Amino acid sequence: MNAHFQPGTISLDQLAMGVKAHVASVDWASLEAGEALRLRNFGFDEGVAVEPLHLGPFGRDPIAIRVGRMTVAIRRKHALAVRVLPLTQ
Amino acid sequence: MTPLPLVAVAGSPNAGKSALFNALTGARQKVANYPGVTVERHSGRLTLADGRPVELVDLPGAYGLDPASPDEAVTRDVLLGRQEGERRPDALIIVLDASNLDNHLRFALQLIELGLPTIAALNMVDLAKRDGLELDAEVLERELGIPVVPTVAVRRRGIAELQKALDDMLSNPRCGVHEHVKSDLILLQRRAREIATAAVVSETPVRRWTHRLDSILLHPVAGPIILALVMFVMFQAVFAWSAAPMAWIGDGIAWLSGVVTNALPPGLLRSMVVDGAIAGVGAVITFLPQILILFTFILLLEGTGYMVRAAFLMDKLMHGAGLSGRAFIPLLSSFACAVPGIMATRTIDDPKDRLTTILVAPLMTCSARLPVYTLIIAAFIPNREVGPGIGLQGLVMFGLYICGITGALLAALVLRRGVLKGGGSGFMMELPKYQLPSLKDVAIGLLTRAEIFLKRAGTIILGTTIVLWALASVPQAGPGQKQSEVSIAGHIADGIEVVVKPIGFNHDIALALLPAMAAREVAVSAIATVYSIDSPDEQASATRLQDRLRHRWPLPTALAFLAWFVFAPQCISTIAVTRRETNGWKWPLFMISYLFILAYLAAGLTYWTAVALGL
Repeated sequence: MNAHFQPGTISLDQLAMGVKAHVASVDWASLEAGEALRLRNFGFDEGVAVEPLHLGPFGRDPIAIRVGRMTVAIRRKHALAVRVLPLTQ
Repeated sequence: MTPLPLVAVAGSPNAGKSALFNALTGARQKVANYPGVTVERHSGRLTLADGRPVELVDLPGAYGLDPASPDEAVTRDVLLGRQEGERRPDALIIVLDASNLDNHLRFALQLIELGLPTIAALNMVDLAKRDGLELDAEVLERELGIPVVPTVAVRRRGIAELQKALDDMLSNPRCGVHEHVKSDLILLQRRAREIATAAVVSETPVRRWTHRLDSILLHPVAGPIILALVMFVMFQAVFAWSAAPMAWIGDGIAWLSGVVTNALPPGLLRSMVVDGAIAGVGAVITFLPQILILFTFILLLEGTGYMVRAAFLMDKLMHGAGLSGRAFIPLLSSFACAVPGIMATRTIDDPKDRLTTILVAPLMTCSARLPVYTLIIAAFIPNREVGPGIGLQGLVMFGLYICGITGALLAALVLRRGVLKGGGSGFMMELPKYQLPSLKDVAIGLLTRAEIFLKRAGTIILGTTIVLWALASVPQAGPGQKQSEVSIAGHIADGIEVVVKPIGFNHDIALALLPAMAAREVAVSAIATVYSIDSPDEQASATRLQDRLRHRWPLPTALAFLAWFVFAPQCISTIAVTRRETNGWKWPLFMISYLFILAYLAAGLTYWTAVALGL
């Protein structure tokens, strides 16, 4: 795994439901070109506010996440590529 | 003749683009395919205030000019004037979701850079307001440098103002079309956010409606239960509500063939019209009510935003078979009929996911198999209980459904590991806000689907049934000969019999398999016809048919016949729609081959096992 993680960040799939966070970095290289483009199109970018909202009923997959003003569903394996910094309440 | 000015409606998915297009053009739209791709081209006409007509084209929803799907590639190519079969638009209408500006403005900025005369519809301002968001259209106009009109397309609000703006724009065209200036995507995104923030007048934090509904509809326990209920109601409707109209259509067809029979002298022409055209096309048209009811549900589920939630709930399970959650509704629809099911696969973005779904859809037990199943089960499976309240006949029927589902999932798994390996953007979808769809939009959608279905029934299905009729009627039997043996079809059946004999099929079945290519349930009437031709004194009623079958077919043959129909691709409409949706003969031929091989193996295994068990 990448050793340059910012301290305090976790991957998006580890973020608990309803906890707001900011995107710290996205490991674009770990995604296929099409997947990376979709995530970018959804607005995934450094500094963007995210919040996991719902989990799929089977195997807690996929995850519904609010990104900016949009709600998107992505699979857990793709959420793995996104590092986020949770906002402490 | 100079072509009409072409105005393209462009925007991101879920911006309400189609509703806006419907609002501008009304019901008079044309649906066609772009050449070489399975992307629909929706176009319509709009008349400006001074009476000038304009052609409007609804481009597929896209997040940007870098395509991530075939749809998005068409959008880009049309906008850059590179799409085959389409001229470059003279002007653009950009549709923006008012409550998702930071995202949608990125694409809008790219579109404005193209330099075409452009206006923007700030759509769904009502939903933004519901979420406590108030926007200033004038700020947007200033920042974007184009006219911006607030609209609520589903409620037809702001449409007159938008038409006026379009009118002004086309009357005073500002020239200067740029070549595609490619700004950095990240810079565009940042600029989009700045503009979006500037345009916000006020934002009151409210519990969003969509979020509240989602916490129920996507609940880990309640969600799947509600989905199951919705599906249950849908199927009840498809089967229960369609019974009466299907009977009317059946009566209408019977009346029509009666009229034609009386009007025409007996002979080949009458036989062709009545037994070929009317009977064949009639058998397919009878399914129109089921297809329309199913599509009403699909359009409502799509329009409200629930469809994506169903896909979300089912994604993990579908993923197990190498499919995505998006395949759930098309496959479920295929229980009624594979034709609308395959047509509904257009909602699947990924081409390989979509193709896999199309190829396995015919395995879901469609309603046309029911007459065949019912006849054979009633004739051969004893009507007794195997447990409290569990009848053996019902159990066999259930087993046939399970066979179909298992077959479909296994086939998907094999296809995804084999010929359709790799690719797949997985499951990445926007969950749009819930909203009430307008009945007019649903009606327009329904009309286009019905038109596609009827056009096919009127062309390819009509042609095929006439060919099948000709095979069964030529040459005509002389005295003392059986039509079923002397006709070309009879000779073909001789050939088929050689192939299907090892799996227990007799000449009658071989003969019935041929007309059953038109539609599966035709097998029943074909068998009935064969037996009534062979003994013309008797009336071929359904109960009699059961008795005759029992006398003529050994049980292993009957069971093999059932197994055959679980898999066999005996439906011209399905093959035709597959050809249309995959744009060529390669995949329909592949589908026909693998399904016939499966059918042969399944029937064979059933027959040999049953014989070995001494049944």
